[in-house]
Amino acid sequence: MIIVRGAVAAAILAAVILPLSGCGESEQVIVYKQGKYQGKPDTKPWDNDQFKGNQAQWETAIKTRNQAQNEYIRVQ
Amino acid sequence: MSRMKFLCDAERCIECNGCVTACKQEHEVPWGVNRRRVVTLNDGVPGEKSISVACMHCSDAPCMAVCPVDCFYRTEEGVVLHDKDLCIGCGYCFYACPFGAPQFPQAGAFGLRGKMDKCTFCAGGPEKDNSAEEFTKYGRNRLAEGKLPACAEMCSTKALLGGDGDTISNIYRDRVLKRGKGSEVWGWGTAYGPPAGGQKPAPAAGAKS
Repeated sequence: MIIVRGAVAAAILAAVILPLSGCGESEQVIVYKQGKYQGKPDTKPWDNDQFKGNQAQWETAIKTRNQAQNEYIRVQ
Repeated sequence: MSRMKFLCDAERCIECNGCVTACKQEHEVPWGVNRRRVVTLNDGVPGEKSISVACMHCSDAPCMAVCPVDCFYRTEEGVVLHDKDLCIGCGYCFYACPFGAPQFPQAGAFGLRGKMDKCTFCAGGPEKDNSAEEFTKYGRNRLAEGKLPACAEMCSTKALLGGDGDTISNIYRDRVLKRGKGSEVWGWGTAYGPPAGGQKPAPAAGAKS
C-alpha cells in the first residue's frame, strides 16, 4: 500500500515538474573562443647565422633601413 | 619593439608597378598570384590617384579570426604570417580580408584552390630562416637579413614606405609638411621649378590649390 502511494506521489510530482522543465531558460548564444595558432613555431628574425641572436644589432640595421626611405635626410 | 606597417603615399605613386615586379622577382611568385598590386582610382582622368596594396598586416587581422584551422600567427614585430602546412585552401581568409591580400594558386583546369599565399612583409614563414624550404613556401626572408620589404625599398618615388609604423608615419608627416599641398605637390612648378622673376604662372583651368 505504501509502495503504491509512493508511486502515485511520484507520478503526480513528475506530472507537475516535467511540463515545466521546458520553460527553463538556457543560453542560446554561441560563445566563440579565440583560436590559438596551431602551426610550427617561428624563430625571431635575429636568431640566425647573420645576427647570432643579437637583437640590438638587428634593430639598428632595420632602423637604418627605415631612415634610408626618407630622402629629405638622404639628400642632406 | 617595432610594429611593421606599410604606408602608400598616393601623391607620389606613379603606377609604375615596380613594387609588384620587385615582389614577384624577389619571391619567385608563380603565375596567377599577386602578393602586391597597384590600384588606380579615376584611371585616365586628370588627377588620378594610385596606391600600392598588399597585406596590411592588420593589428586585429580578420583572416586570423576566420581561419578554421588557425594557421595564422603574428610575430612580435607585428607581421601576420601563416603556416602553409596547415592551410587547407578554404578561402575564408580571402572573403574576410578587406584588401584582397590572400591569393590562391590555381592548379588544374577546374579552378582547384591551392594553399593560400600572401605578402609576408618579406619575413618568410615558420621554417628555418633563409632555408630552401622557407624560400619555396614563403619566399625570401629579408627581415632576417636586416632588410625591409623589397617593394618598399626599391620604390623609385618612395611612395611606398615599409617598416616600423611610428618611423614611417614620421617620414610621411615630415614629407607632407615640407612639400605643401595642391600645385606645390605636382604640376608645372614641381616639374620646371618656380617661374623666373618671381612671377607666378597663371593657374590652369580646374587646377587644384
